[in-house]
Amino acid sequence: MLTNTTEKTQTKPAVIQIRGLTKSFADQQVLGGIDLDVFQGEIMVIMGGSGCGKSTLLRHLVGSIRPDDGSVKMFGQEITTMAEHQLNEVRKRFGILFQSGALINSLSVGENVALPLREHTALDANTIEIMVKIKLELVGLRAHADKMPAQLSGGMKKRAGLARAIALDPQILFYDEPGAGLDPVTGAQIDRLIIDLTRKLNVTSVVVTHQMDSAFNIADRMCMLDKGVILKTGTRQEFETLRDTALEELSTEQDKLIRQFLRGDAEGPLAKRKVHGDYEKDLLQTK
Amino acid sequence: MKQSAPQPDRSVKVTGLVSPLASLGAATLAMAKRIFAMAGGMYLLLSETAENTAKGLFTPTVRLDRESLITQMVRVGVRAIPIVVLIELAIGVIMPLQMFPKLDEFGQAEQVATINAIAAFRELGPLMTAIILGGFAGASIAAELGAMVMAEEIEALRTLALNPVRFLVVPRLLATVIMMVLLTVIADVVIIAGGWMTSVHLGIDSDIFYQMTKDAVDITGFATGLIKAAVFGLLIGLIACFQGLTVKPWQGSEGVGRATTNTVVYCIVAVIGADVVFTVIFYSYGLFT
Repeated sequence: MLTNTTEKTQTKPAVIQIRGLTKSFADQQVLGGIDLDVFQGEIMVIMGGSGCGKSTLLRHLVGSIRPDDGSVKMFGQEITTMAEHQLNEVRKRFGILFQSGALINSLSVGENVALPLREHTALDANTIEIMVKIKLELVGLRAHADKMPAQLSGGMKKRAGLARAIALDPQILFYDEPGAGLDPVTGAQIDRLIIDLTRKLNVTSVVVTHQMDSAFNIADRMCMLDKGVILKTGTRQEFETLRDTALEELSTEQDKLIRQFLRGDAEGPLAKRKVHGDYEKDLLQTK
Repeated sequence: MKQSAPQPDRSVKVTGLVSPLASLGAATLAMAKRIFAMAGGMYLLLSETAENTAKGLFTPTVRLDRESLITQMVRVGVRAIPIVVLIELAIGVIMPLQMFPKLDEFGQAEQVATINAIAAFRELGPLMTAIILGGFAGASIAAELGAMVMAEEIEALRTLALNPVRFLVVPRLLATVIMMVLLTVIADVVIIAGGWMTSVHLGIDSDIFYQMTKDAVDITGFATGLIKAAVFGLLIGLIACFQGLTVKPWQGSEGVGRATTNTVVYCIVAVIGADVVFTVIFYSYGLFT
């Protein structure tokens, strides 16, 4: 799965290295052997339909879930078997933006951003206040530091969550559906922020999304997840080419499936999946 | 209708009379499992809370968040003062009315004060306060933490390398214990005040009431009441935090609702159960004279 990109990026170190990651909940396999490398300074977009396992994958990367098998190396350290206190040291080196922003509702926006600084650094209150202002200015919320999360709109919550995620100057930023539930303009602003922050702060970004316009806007590299396995990893250009290729020219079912997803077509291999069993028989059979 | 659906293969055939028994057995087993799982989880939560509290108190680098402790004490306890006063006052008013006719028959009307005092300090002060606080603070803590799980806030804390137990459970648990004890002191006084009001109406002399109450209350009675109160507070805080934090994100608002209801029910059961145990222990050690 990695063959597409190895030549291009071999020189850069892999900040995150995932090998053979599997996870099942009850009897259902959610991740079926994931291999993925994320390199220093790039924006990696993980795409996939609802229930494909992309959120579960993200939760493995941030250490919220332990896998059944396989390894996740971050900064060269294996995090899947780490004790909680060791994991906490790694966690201070990455930030995550949750789907809803996940601000602590009982704290103001400024206090939310100050929280990691207060708890994990020895900085005095004045310095923290300055740091908070800097972080909030980066996401355009400096004027709203004293507001409570309940007073913010969805987009503002996400931006505040982002300010908190970058509070400790992380080396990796994770984004869980950054554009979900936002209007197109706000969504585009968040996309711009992701690009800006990645370039300005020289962080590595991993974005999980199913919004294709946003994905093509921000990605350096992309990967497509389906039914718990990665169908394709490649550069944005490779995916763009695949998207714009005529259907007749594609030979494999897999490429057709990816193309359908990238274009958001209603017809295609993904649509066939929704048909379950014999409809007529099902209708006539009563209990 | 033509073909019946294939029956699931049961290794034991359950028929006739046996089936209700079997389902009763299965239900009991499931309930026992749940109770054991809950007890185990609560034990782990308690030990982690104790560890974090000790660290906060004795290690200079890890601070105990005083600010949020005070916030929680106000939210759990101070706001509960009016309802505690109202209910305990009512109990104080009721008790002499119930006892007076019988005691008066024996010419022992002023013993109303004695019984009132013993009941208040040893039993009704801590017990009624705990039941009120279980509904008042327990439910609100469980709902709050459950909603925090729902909003990914707990997971966010974890990924910020902040321990939710230290950050959320420690202040809430300490607050319920401390405020349970303080509220019980208020409750004790208010029950006596209520009893005094009725007794004076029933024609018992105010000075005699005061004297009888003073004689009935000893430091052991007062202390055993407060020990009970602290234990009740611990149970309420622990059950509420456990129920709230074990809501699963996919359970939605229904999960939060269930956690809240369970908290109130379990709190009442646990408090009364603990009351029985402690009262028996205190009695058998001869603390009640």
